[in-house]
Amino acid sequence: MNKIWILTKRELKTFFDSLIAYVLLGLFLGVSGYFAWQMQGNNIFDRGEANLMPFFDIAFWTLFFFIPLLTMRMLAEENKTGTIELLLTKSVTDWQVIFGKFLSVFILIAIALLLTTPYYYTIAKYGEVDHGVVVLGYLSLLLMSGAYTAIGLWVSSITNNQIVAGLLALVIGLMFHLIFGVMASSSSGMVGDVLSFLDMRGHFTSMIRGVVDSTDLLFYGSIIFIGLVLAESQLAKRHIA
Amino acid sequence: MSIIVENLSKHYGTQKAVDNISFKVESGQILGFLGPNGAGKTTTMKMLTCYIAPSGGNATVYGKSIKNDQEAVKKSIGYLPEHNPLYLDMPVIEYLEFSAAMQGVPKSQINQAVKNMLVTCGLGAEKHKNIGELSKGYRQRVGLAQAMIHDPDVLILDEPTTGLDPNQIIEIRKLIKEIGQKKTVIFSTHILSEVEATCDRVMIINKGRIIEDSTPELIRKKATGGEVLHITIEDAPNADTVIQQLNTVATVQSVTEKKEASNGFVVESKPEESSRKAVFKQCVANNWTLTEMRVEETSLEDIFRTLTRN
Repeated sequence: MNKIWILTKRELKTFFDSLIAYVLLGLFLGVSGYFAWQMQGNNIFDRGEANLMPFFDIAFWTLFFFIPLLTMRMLAEENKTGTIELLLTKSVTDWQVIFGKFLSVFILIAIALLLTTPYYYTIAKYGEVDHGVVVLGYLSLLLMSGAYTAIGLWVSSITNNQIVAGLLALVIGLMFHLIFGVMASSSSGMVGDVLSFLDMRGHFTSMIRGVVDSTDLLFYGSIIFIGLVLAESQLAKRHIA
Repeated sequence: MSIIVENLSKHYGTQKAVDNISFKVESGQILGFLGPNGAGKTTTMKMLTCYIAPSGGNATVYGKSIKNDQEAVKKSIGYLPEHNPLYLDMPVIEYLEFSAAMQGVPKSQINQAVKNMLVTCGLGAEKHKNIGELSKGYRQRVGLAQAMIHDPDVLILDEPTTGLDPNQIIEIRKLIKEIGQKKTVIFSTHILSEVEATCDRVMIINKGRIIEDSTPELIRKKATGGEVLHITIEDAPNADTVIQQLNTVATVQSVTEKKEASNGFVVESKPEESSRKAVFKQCVANNWTLTEMRVEETSLEDIFRTLTRN
């Protein structure tokens, strides 16, 4: 755990030193704040209910775009510059490297979400808030971020080019974010069920409405697990390639 | 023995990058790995540092296997890969702290370990600079410092002087020599004079196999064969007479006239023999004036080419 935390701190420091963390945090707060509080028609005030649904809706999209920007360089850059060799010949395992990098993105997203807690405080002060729903909403955003981070890490591990890694992560993410859902709506039977299971929006929506199902947790857990296993396998490929 | 390599192999498909090599390295020895590009030097080093797994065989570092006890092996090795890949966006001091922590140096000892490395590698004035701002020579020092930060027993350096200017090469060589007084060092290089200047032992690898394993002096002696003398006789009567007279010397194998120099001859002695004295005496006996006599020094480059040619 200690090694994972050392790696996580280094990655977090890189995010903040390179200003990418400040830029993304600023953009995230700016965009999600504007849409949640200012956007005419569907902002928090317009809804007449004390909940954060408009914020969760916009964060669902902003995080989708921001996470590939964070993950794209993580392993692609290490592969390109050769620093991965130096890293993996230190007293550290491939899994520790993967977990350390995963955790750094996850913590940055958690910081971004933590910075939006004044939204929660504000609506809680002026209305009757269902706290469970809000907590599940945040949890859903975190789990979704974990899933896209795992996908982003895997994609970053298969290429030396961070632009390719970013674009590929977006394309794969878009499948889960939108395309499987669209396909599911026009499919039936087992195919429809599978596509529905793969639709991120469906799981996300049920959780932000306060319904937590084991299927949702299984979905998020599976994507995180598979993404990380694929990333680790990609690193381990050097032994046989 | 600090390192024992037994039948180590690495295959990429049908290509044998390292083909069943075995050797041992004693503690405190500086071993130079020589070989043309693609010979298998880097692959061997990558296997010893546990970066890649061998296809066959095994190696132990102070009794710990690269197959079964990778964490212990990694802790006892300091590694500087080829091209010295470093995090260019990190300040030197932070990078060394990070390297120390990754190698399991206790938190309370990290500051001291970093201070020691800054002094040993002469990085004190550069410690707050980002690595990307440093010259190639200083980056190489950072590479060496990160390799030694956890005080490993073995240092593995893959072409540590590549791309450095002559002054930097001499500095790094000096540093390696100093390190080698306390630790086992394996390093690969293309600069053959570097091997003579630095190593206790040389191993020449070609096509994945060890083709020579000895001291630089012994390799030179073995490859050069008999002594070769270059002589000039100022008032030689004619070339045929000189050749005939010198051929009568018992230790002489052959005498040839130099085409490029008048009155110049090349005298090759029989293996393990020296003809210097006898040739001098023969010249005196014939009343010839000997104005030049030198022993040909076969360069290590020539030996290397001879040994690695097919």
